[in-house]
Amino acid sequence: MIPAAFEYYRPQDMAGVLAILEEHGDDARVMAGGHSLIPMMKLRMAEVPHLIDLQDVGGLSDITVEASRIVIGAMVTQADIIDSAELTAAAPILREAALQIADPQVRYMGTVGGNVANGDPGNDMPGLMQCLDATFTLVGSDGERDVPARDFYEAAYMTARDDEEVLTAVSIPLPSGGYAYEKQKRKIGDYATAAASVQITQSGGTCTSAAIAMTNLSDTPIFSEAAGAALVGTALDDAAIKSSVAAMLNDIDPTEDNRGPIAFKKHVAGVILRRAIERAWSRA
Amino acid sequence: MSNKMHIKLNVNGKEEEFLAEPRELLIYTLRERLNITGPHIGCETSHCGACTVTIDGKSVKSCTMFAAQADGKSITTIEGLGGPDNLHPLQEAFKEHHGLQCGYCTPGMITRATKLLEENPNPTEEEIRFGMAGNICRCTGYQNIVKSIQAAAVEMNASKEAAE
Repeated sequence: MIPAAFEYYRPQDMAGVLAILEEHGDDARVMAGGHSLIPMMKLRMAEVPHLIDLQDVGGLSDITVEASRIVIGAMVTQADIIDSAELTAAAPILREAALQIADPQVRYMGTVGGNVANGDPGNDMPGLMQCLDATFTLVGSDGERDVPARDFYEAAYMTARDDEEVLTAVSIPLPSGGYAYEKQKRKIGDYATAAASVQITQSGGTCTSAAIAMTNLSDTPIFSEAAGAALVGTALDDAAIKSSVAAMLNDIDPTEDNRGPIAFKKHVAGVILRRAIERAWSRA
Repeated sequence: MSNKMHIKLNVNGKEEEFLAEPRELLIYTLRERLNITGPHIGCETSHCGACTVTIDGKSVKSCTMFAAQADGKSITTIEGLGGPDNLHPLQEAFKEHHGLQCGYCTPGMITRATKLLEENPNPTEEEIRFGMAGNICRCTGYQNIVKSIQAAAVEMNASKEAAE
């Protein structure tokens, strides 16, 4: 499994990255950990004549917890997330989700930026970032712009990022309340058959807010506003959870593949969301 | 399109320099160019872990990294851990506790386990299973692999205490 030949670049700064992107357009791709891109190149499903390795570009590996938000550099790895006590204290759902991605070797290499920018519906971080209402920072030759995670995904591997832009950071408003990332997969290392991110707040036993996003159940992650709304104002009784699950099922659009037929995926999505809601509520 | 690159690696303490195409995967560099055949090619799709090496303190599947990405880095393979006359405690424990049957996954298992025990010198069985989840064995059923790692942890902790 040898990829097609390519030119390899390891620029020392972002200006160098942008210059190569500008010169080669969509013949160039940036690579962070490479654990999504390299397998696709080996299968020759991705052809990348100009490969730009980001490892020497500084300033992309910081985790900063501020008073009202968290900023995670694009080159922060899943292992970095798992190891950061400060981040886990501020937003424990990130660690809970990262521990369910791939396996230890892959988590040392796989990055937050690669995971969210790749646009693979199977990636876990996109749905999680939609749940947390994160914003992605993109830099191009015209400067920086921010795009909400909830507006970023257009179709499988199609996102709001232009070919000549690089995703440099993810900003997350400091979450509060209970949380859960629940994922059903066939084996360790697999993508989700269904996964749910839930962040929930309560006051006096009544749900005051709920954000719900689903992974690998459509050609993009699905932020289900209706599923969250179905919980707000309730005491999270069985009827409320049932109506949240029904709202979520109305928003997803799974396809049949080697993880199962559509009916099975919907069934698993319902089970997983219920578990995630119940766990998040128990922590709220 | 086949511009060769000048690449420098430190493998098991030895400096290596060569010209390679950017598309050369590190596992091929190790096995075919440098004749370091401990790391194995199992699935070649980032799943099985037979090709695991340590690069700058991280366990890495060397089938999923280009040699060009590793330029300037230090790599440790099973050959760098110990040899027949000076087995690493993990190698000794896998031998003692029958932590292998066909042996194909073993170099990757042991290389990964060194890093696991470095990060967590006293792992529970569950932590071992979770920390070794990137390495697949199709023979043992894992039980003796877990036992071997537990035994090596005890041995390594005892010799650390004795040294203090």
